[in-house]
Amino acid sequence: MSAAPQSKVAASLAAQSRWKAWELALAALAVVSWWLLGEHALLANEVAILALFAVSLDLILGYAGIVSLGHAAFFGFGAYTAALFAKHVMPDPLVGMAVAVLAAALLGAVCSVLILRGSDLTRLMVTLGVALVFFELANKLDWLTGGTDGLQGVVMGPLLGRFEFDLYGRTAYAYSLVVLLVAMFIARRVVHSPFGVSLKALRDNRLRAMSIGLSVNARLAAVYTFAAALAGAAGALLAQTSGFASLDVFDFHRSADVLLVLVIGGTGYLYGGIFGAIAFKLLHDLISNWTTQYWGFWLGLFLVVLALVGRERLMKPWTWFRRSAT
Amino acid sequence: MLTLLFDGIAYGMLLFVLAVGLAITLGLMNFINLAHGAFAMAGGYVTVLLMNKLNVPFLATLPLAFLFTALVGAALERTLYRPMYSRPHLDQVLFSIGLVFMTVASVDYFIGSQQQIIQLPAWLQGRFDLAAVGIGKYRLFIVVVCALLTLALQAVLSRTRFGSRLRASVDDPRVAAGLGINVNRVFLLTFAVGSGLAGLGGALGAEVLGLDPTFPIKFMIYFLIVVSVGGTTTITGPLLAALLLGIADVFGKYYVPKLGAFIVYTLMIVILTLRPQGLFGRAATR
Repeated sequence: MSAAPQSKVAASLAAQSRWKAWELALAALAVVSWWLLGEHALLANEVAILALFAVSLDLILGYAGIVSLGHAAFFGFGAYTAALFAKHVMPDPLVGMAVAVLAAALLGAVCSVLILRGSDLTRLMVTLGVALVFFELANKLDWLTGGTDGLQGVVMGPLLGRFEFDLYGRTAYAYSLVVLLVAMFIARRVVHSPFGVSLKALRDNRLRAMSIGLSVNARLAAVYTFAAALAGAAGALLAQTSGFASLDVFDFHRSADVLLVLVIGGTGYLYGGIFGAIAFKLLHDLISNWTTQYWGFWLGLFLVVLALVGRERLMKPWTWFRRSAT
Repeated sequence: MLTLLFDGIAYGMLLFVLAVGLAITLGLMNFINLAHGAFAMAGGYVTVLLMNKLNVPFLATLPLAFLFTALVGAALERTLYRPMYSRPHLDQVLFSIGLVFMTVASVDYFIGSQQQIIQLPAWLQGRFDLAAVGIGKYRLFIVVVCALLTLALQAVLSRTRFGSRLRASVDDPRVAAGLGINVNRVFLLTFAVGSGLAGLGGALGAEVLGLDPTFPIKFMIYFLIVVSVGGTTTITGPLLAALLLGIADVFGKYYVPKLGAFIVYTLMIVILTLRPQGLFGRAATR
């Protein structure tokens, strides 16, 4: 009698982690998009980077329930690490990527101490503060980072020693796409592992998770480190494919944008970041073409409406009019 | 040295008046309002526009700035903010960031992105020496006004019936409502006054802090520092935090200009890590 419900739970958890047809189709579509999006490769590259960044935020926001306004700290740290590494040590992109990911993960591990305590407000302030500290550091250490001018003179070596980064972003897109797919694969494994399930448990009820014997702090620190590593990878991609790193990577706008991306796509499921990034970039492109300077207004309006309507309902259009109908 | 200290105090007082509304909103409704700086900016623009376009004297614009932002605050509270009180913090953050982006872009559109310049009346310009301490007249004016406001606020909160209702609503809105206090109206009034104070602070600070459309984003972090470091349970906490921040900022910018803002942010992170409830806050009850 007691074995039956347990095996049912196990079966349902296993079913969640099984590869679904649409997931495989999505991956295939991503690969095919490299041939289809020939002249739009630069834009597609940005989408891929943003998607990776959003997925990393989703891990801590959607799965662990930590509201962060300073996720750009890790993004920027990865970007600057990759750019500096390429400039001063060696120009190989893959080694640079590994170094940037490690550096960002290290930073994430250190910063995870800061987010374990306090209320949402405290966490918001601390994450924001970390991003601001790095913004100031990058600004003031101009002998290293170039200050407000950005880090110039970064020359990237060819990928795998063969493929040069070209002007149209074909190589860049392929590179970002591969990194994104690998990262998604790893993140998927993590999320569906017992560890990932326990994260959801402590997001929903931290006290209860604690009392059934989960070590909440260790898990939060681990997921924060992992998310920081992914964000660092996204930053490294940006720096490597553009051959440039500027203060912009630490900007508050970047942390706010990625939050918005995630909210558009939906939090708490892995593909939200990807769909959100596509929608956000297209929207951005559309509105920028129409009114360049005041894009912020429409972004703000969108956020306000979104928050008032409720973000759960955005992705489910059939519920929009439910209240008025009944 | 003492001049710097005085400037720091003036800056801190200004920050306090700007942020006290936020402290109340956060402490009272547990609502994370990142758009507080937008109200301050509105107050600043009211003053600037009235002075430059209609030649209203500076002193007369201050109450108008207060009134205008208080009215806007009340209207927004009633229409937009109230449904957001019970939402998760993420929604509140998104909502208020959205408001900030909207105000920044609309001010940019209607008034222009240039820095606004304010012409102070002659009797507030210049500085005088008091026992070898150079004191800017306008700074002194700010300190006096802000000190009076603080005293008045403290008196209202601790002595009047409204103050006790407010404190009751802070501690437990449900019980307060059960005792016949119209909690919604208390919230509405408090929000309006808080916004009005921010507007007044913005008007006073237009000359010191500078005024352009990015004001809410630039100073958002400062307001939040004041509130989170000071704690949200008293108003002396934010006051001390604001003074500390003002003095630290002025000194930091003077002695180590390369590391100015860096020091402030690092200090904040350290303080919040060691004391998540703020320096002067008591443990949260919810």
